[in-house]
Amino acid sequence: MCNEDKTVWITFNGEIFNYVELRDDLIKKGHRFHTQSDTEVIVHLYEEKGEDCVQDLNGQWAFAIWDSKRQKLFLSRDRLGVRPLFYTKTVDGFLFGSEIKSLFAVPSVRRAIDVEALDELLTFWMTLPPRTIFSGISELPPGHFLVLEQSEVRVQPYWQLDYNSSLGAENEEEACEMLLDLLLDATRIRLRSDVPVGAYLSGGLDSTVITALVKKLGTTHLRTFSVAFEDKEFDESSFQTEASEFFKTEHRGVLCSSQDIGRVFPEVIWHTEKPVLRTAPAPLFLLSKLVREQGYKVVLTGEGSDEVLGGYDIFKEAKIRRFWAKYPESKFRPILLRRLYPYMKNLQSQPDAYLRAFFRVAKDDLASPFFSHLPRWAMTSKLKIFFSKETRNQLKHRSAMSHLEAELPPRFWQWDNFSQSQYLEAAYLLPGYILSSQGDRMAMAHSVEGRFPFLDYRVVEFASRLSPQLKMKVLDEKYLLKIATGNLIPHTIRRRPKQPYRAPDSRSFLAGKSANVLMEYVEELLGHRSIAEAGLFDPVPVGKLAAKAREGQVIGVKDSMAFVGILSTQLVVDRFIKNFPRSV
Amino acid sequence: MASIEAEVRQYVVETLLFGRKEVELGGDTSFLESGIIDSTGVLELIQFLEEKFQVRVEDEDLIPANLDSVNALTRFVENRYVTSERTGS
Repeated sequence: MCNEDKTVWITFNGEIFNYVELRDDLIKKGHRFHTQSDTEVIVHLYEEKGEDCVQDLNGQWAFAIWDSKRQKLFLSRDRLGVRPLFYTKTVDGFLFGSEIKSLFAVPSVRRAIDVEALDELLTFWMTLPPRTIFSGISELPPGHFLVLEQSEVRVQPYWQLDYNSSLGAENEEEACEMLLDLLLDATRIRLRSDVPVGAYLSGGLDSTVITALVKKLGTTHLRTFSVAFEDKEFDESSFQTEASEFFKTEHRGVLCSSQDIGRVFPEVIWHTEKPVLRTAPAPLFLLSKLVREQGYKVVLTGEGSDEVLGGYDIFKEAKIRRFWAKYPESKFRPILLRRLYPYMKNLQSQPDAYLRAFFRVAKDDLASPFFSHLPRWAMTSKLKIFFSKETRNQLKHRSAMSHLEAELPPRFWQWDNFSQSQYLEAAYLLPGYILSSQGDRMAMAHSVEGRFPFLDYRVVEFASRLSPQLKMKVLDEKYLLKIATGNLIPHTIRRRPKQPYRAPDSRSFLAGKSANVLMEYVEELLGHRSIAEAGLFDPVPVGKLAAKAREGQVIGVKDSMAFVGILSTQLVVDRFIKNFPRSV
Repeated sequence: MASIEAEVRQYVVETLLFGRKEVELGGDTSFLESGIIDSTGVLELIQFLEEKFQVRVEDEDLIPANLDSVNALTRFVENRYVTSERTGS
């Protein structure tokens, strides 16, 4: 698509939700439109404002504009990183695309694992942008644009997260109204579509709120979709049924067994285009398949609420650990550790002394910018004992955490502890894992478009002005959201303890429920020859891990992550490097 | 017959460290502090003790002082053997 005189051309992946208002303004300024599409709005807005056009957009996008007059390429990605955008430079020139596999379709693009990226992934669960798991392939970071002009590449941020806590407990009532108004409008503009819009309804607070908002906006017939698990430890279907009956939605669920997860896992990794440490993306892959089969192409989901409004258990964990660290000898304070992770039965069966030992605060931890995330990252880093000698040698002088610390923005150090934790989740984990491996990529695997009202930048900017007390009041997570929307949703869902979305891990890969053998492709990829050939991990410890998995003895979180992480890395090597298809 | 200490050490190296002998494992190295076990790993340890040495691990035994290093585990098992021999149980 192009402008009136064919000097500005665009290729666009995504949605601009405020295109109606932008279009009206542009028409007033004399621009002529040939279509009703949001794509054309970007073209004219670029003509009007140049690089600043992105400031006016509200949506989820990755686009490239070719400005032929200036001989300038302009790439941009949305603020929170919903849509992906990758690029590389080769002898053939500068290449970009929404998927890495599109770049690999060009024969001159080298396909190799970046070992430093693997080190980051086995620390943070994601790579630090612009790094991707593949050498030489970069990702445009969220909230950035890239300009290629006269062979020079310039990457620049146009939007950044900031926190200031200007709205405190004394503003609670006003803040409630503002949050509800913003969420309603964020939902309203995300219902703009020429096809019917459905919603995911997991039975948790966030998706229930989104469904409530859609109904409040006057939608009479709403289709909702969810995942149910055979394994009761993960299943939330009773809450899904309750919510769908409350809102009178037409509801469909996909029942997911452990075996289903193992079966579709290779396809899942084809779409994540990176290793993952949990199987959680797989059920969402099956869910988007169901949505597509039901004739739906667009769904609203609750993603982003935990990051933006303070819902994650890791925030609660950090709060308790800090509270305890003030009086380490206290007998009462560590009892609060029992309030953490009530849904994890193995953790809950731990004796008190062990809980205290695991969550203890070491002397230097309090001064660390990563205080909230240290236990998780330290545990994940232990997966590196599986690295091969060559991999370890390459990483001998590298510290992933030092790299991250070096790129924290100066304003990070001014924020309160809660905001610092939120930033680590929203700026890194959200685009690098939640959206890329669970949200957008799993939906798009079946050409379903996820839309995320909690990630409307107006909601995000508003929430960043809330004091931590309005996000987590004592240990009540997403406090303001619950107050603002409490009368719109079923009481039981408002009151239920948070249960994060999880899925069965290593046991999903057993060939049968009683078999002591792993699925064929898993045996192959974790076999001595495949591991040695890929060279990233040591075949001997991996063999022992596989043996443990065959016996159903991979019960700890660390071993589970190791199993899924090594298997998915091997899948990435197999599908993207060793056996990459000639035509994608 | 291998000593209790050798059997405990072999279990930790083979099962918890997946054969990684180069990982430093002193007799008093804390499993928790060094990340050898995660927050749920103690369940694996108890299973090992009960199966390998036929000792019964009571709730009140579940403290890091008994279970958080090779030396602690060895002492714990040895004490249990002595106790069960004395009581004849």
